[in-house]
Amino acid sequence: MAEIMYWEAIQRAHDEEMARDPLVICMGEDIGVAGGTYKATKGLYEKYGPLRVIDTPISENSYTGLGIGASFLGVRPIIELMSVNFAWLAMDQMFNSAAKVRYMSGGQLTAPCVFRSAGGAAHQLGAQHSARMEKVFMGIAGLRVVTPSNPKQAYGLLKSAIRCDDPVYINEHELMYNMKGDVPDTEYFHPLEGSEVTRSGTDVTLFGYNISVHWNLKAAEILDKQYGISAEVVDLYSLSPLDREGIRKSVSKTHRAVVVGEEEAPVGVCSEVISVINEECFFELDAAPVRVNSALVPQPYNHGLEKAAIPNAEDVVAAVLKLFGKA
Amino acid sequence: MKLEDKKRVLREMVVHRRFEERCYQAYIERKIGGFLHLYPGQEACCNGVMEAARPGYDYVITGYRDHVHAIKCGADPKEVMAELYGKETGSSKGRGGSMHIFDVSKRFMGGYALVGGPFPLAAGIAKGIQMKGGDEIAICFLGDAANNQGTFHETMNMAALYKLPVLFVCENNLYGIGTAIERSTAVVHQHKRVCGYDMEAAETDGQDIEKVYEAAKVAVNHVRSGKGPYFLELLTYRYRGHSMSDSRGYRSREEEEMWKQRDPIYILRDRLIAEKAMTMADYEAMEKEVDAYIENEVIKFAEESPEPKVEELEKYVLADRESQLPWITGKAA
Repeated sequence: MAEIMYWEAIQRAHDEEMARDPLVICMGEDIGVAGGTYKATKGLYEKYGPLRVIDTPISENSYTGLGIGASFLGVRPIIELMSVNFAWLAMDQMFNSAAKVRYMSGGQLTAPCVFRSAGGAAHQLGAQHSARMEKVFMGIAGLRVVTPSNPKQAYGLLKSAIRCDDPVYINEHELMYNMKGDVPDTEYFHPLEGSEVTRSGTDVTLFGYNISVHWNLKAAEILDKQYGISAEVVDLYSLSPLDREGIRKSVSKTHRAVVVGEEEAPVGVCSEVISVINEECFFELDAAPVRVNSALVPQPYNHGLEKAAIPNAEDVVAAVLKLFGKA
Repeated sequence: MKLEDKKRVLREMVVHRRFEERCYQAYIERKIGGFLHLYPGQEACCNGVMEAARPGYDYVITGYRDHVHAIKCGADPKEVMAELYGKETGSSKGRGGSMHIFDVSKRFMGGYALVGGPFPLAAGIAKGIQMKGGDEIAICFLGDAANNQGTFHETMNMAALYKLPVLFVCENNLYGIGTAIERSTAVVHQHKRVCGYDMEAAETDGQDIEKVYEAAKVAVNHVRSGKGPYFLELLTYRYRGHSMSDSRGYRSREEEEMWKQRDPIYILRDRLIAEKAMTMADYEAMEKEVDAYIENEVIKFAEESPEPKVEELEKYVLADRESQLPWITGKAA
C-alpha cells in the first residue's frame, strides 16, 4: 500500500490498462504533449504515442463522438473533458449516442467508453468554470455515473470503468487532484455499484459523495467531540445506479439522514437520495431527512461570496443539530 | 458499371422504391408510427456509392432516412419492415423504429436522429479501423442540412488532421426539412465547404447511378488507399416531404415534376432498354414481381411477427449484468 495523489492514481490506472490492451486509448484537450491539465495523463504520450494518446482540438462534442464511434468497434477510449463545464457541449454525443445506442439497436451495439471530467467549484473560477453537473448525468438511462472521493477510488473506479461494457461517466473534483491517500500496490478494481460506510455511527447518517464525504467526516468528528452525537458517514461513490440497499441499511440503523452535496439543491443528487429514503425506509425515520447544498446562484467570482455559496463541515453540523433540536 | 451489375442494381432500386412506397401506405393505415422519412428520388446515391464500395464489409452510418442504406448493406427488408412495425423480429427488436435501423452483422452501424450526429461517430469508426489495422473504410451518408451543424466542421477538421479512412457522402436534396438550401446556407454546393480542411472533394449528378458510381470509385479508392478522408457531394431530390407530416408547401409542384423527369430508376431503365439489355415488358414484369415480394414476404413477415414483451421493457439499457459482474462488484481478480 503506497500513499499517492489522486491524479497519480488516475494516471496509474490509464498506464496499466494501456499497457495491457492496445485498444485502450485516451483522448482530450492537452492530454498528450502537455501531459494533461491535472497531470492525469502525464507521461503517456511519450510511452504510447500519438495514435493512442490523442491531443484533440477544442471540439468537445465531436471528439467525444469520435471516441464513441471508435468504441463501436471495440476500442476502449478514455475521453477526458478538461472541465465538466465543457461537457455541456458534449452531452449530445454522450446522451444521444453513447447512452442510447445499445437500447435503440436492440442490443447490437455498445459504447464501452469512459468519460472523465473535473467538476466542482475550485478557487474563484467564476460562473462558467465551476459547474456541478452530476445531477444531469445520473438521470440518463444507459449511462453509469461514479465519483471518486479518494485516490483508491479514483484508481479502482477508472480500472473497472475501462473494463466495463457500459459507458461510464467519472466525475472527479478540481480541488482533489493533489489529495493523498493509500492505494493498493497490486491491481485493484473498485466496484462500480454500491456505497461505502466511511465512518460508522449510530445517531444520524451523513450521506455524501466526492468532496462532500470529506466535509461529512470533519462534521462527524465535531459532532462526536463537541456534542456527543455519533454520525455515520456513507460515501455514495456510485450515483447511477444509486445503492438503494446501502441507503436503506444505514438509515434503518441511525433513523436520521442528512444528505450533503456541493450541487445546488433543486433537482439534484440529494433530492434523489431523499426520495430513495422515502421509498425504502420511510417508517424507520425519526425525523424528516434534510439536505445541505450550495446556494442557487451562478458561482460568484468574489472570494467571500464564493465561500458563502458553497457548504462546508460547519453547515453540516448545523443541519444535524437542528435535526436533534439543539439549534 | 458492368451490364449484369446494372440489371441487378435496377431491381434493387425498384425494391427500395417499392419498399418505401409501401411504408407510406402502412403509415396511413397506422401500422407504422412515429416519424417516417422516405427515400424515393435519391436511390442512385446510396446504390451508386455502395456499388463502388463493399457492402457488408465497409462500415456504413447515416441519419434518420435510413431504411434503404440498411437494406443496401445487406439487412433483410423483412426485418427492416418488422422494425417499422415495432415488432420483436425487427432489426432493432422494435426498440429503435424507422430512424434507428441497425444491422451490425452487415456493418450497418445505424441510423441516428440528431442532424449531424453521425459525423463524429463515422470518424470514430474510422479511428477504430485505424487502430485495428484493417482495410475497411467508414462511409457516412448525410443530407446537406447536416453540414450546418458544428459537428460537420469539427469532424472534417479531425478527419483530415488524423487522416482517417472515412468517406463523407453528402446527399444534397436541396432542402433541410422545409427550408430551401439557398435560404439556410451561404453556399449551395456543399463540396466547397471542406476545402478549408484541405480535404479531397467532388460533386456529381446524384440521379444518374453510373455517374455516382464513377465518382464514388475515385472516392473509395482514395480513402481505402490510406490517403485520408474524402467528401463526395451528390445532387439529388426527395420526392416526398421531409417526413410524413410535411405537405411540401415550401416548393412548387412544377419543380417536383422537373426532378421526376430525371428519376434515377427511369434513367437506368431507359438506358438498359436503349442498350437492348431489357424491354419495357421485362421491366414491368420485374416491378410486378417486386410488388409481390414486398407484399407476400416483407409485409406478411412484419404483420405476423410478435410484439416485444412488456416484461422485457428494460432489456438492452445496460450490458448483460452477469457478464459485467467483475466490474460491478469489484471482484475481478
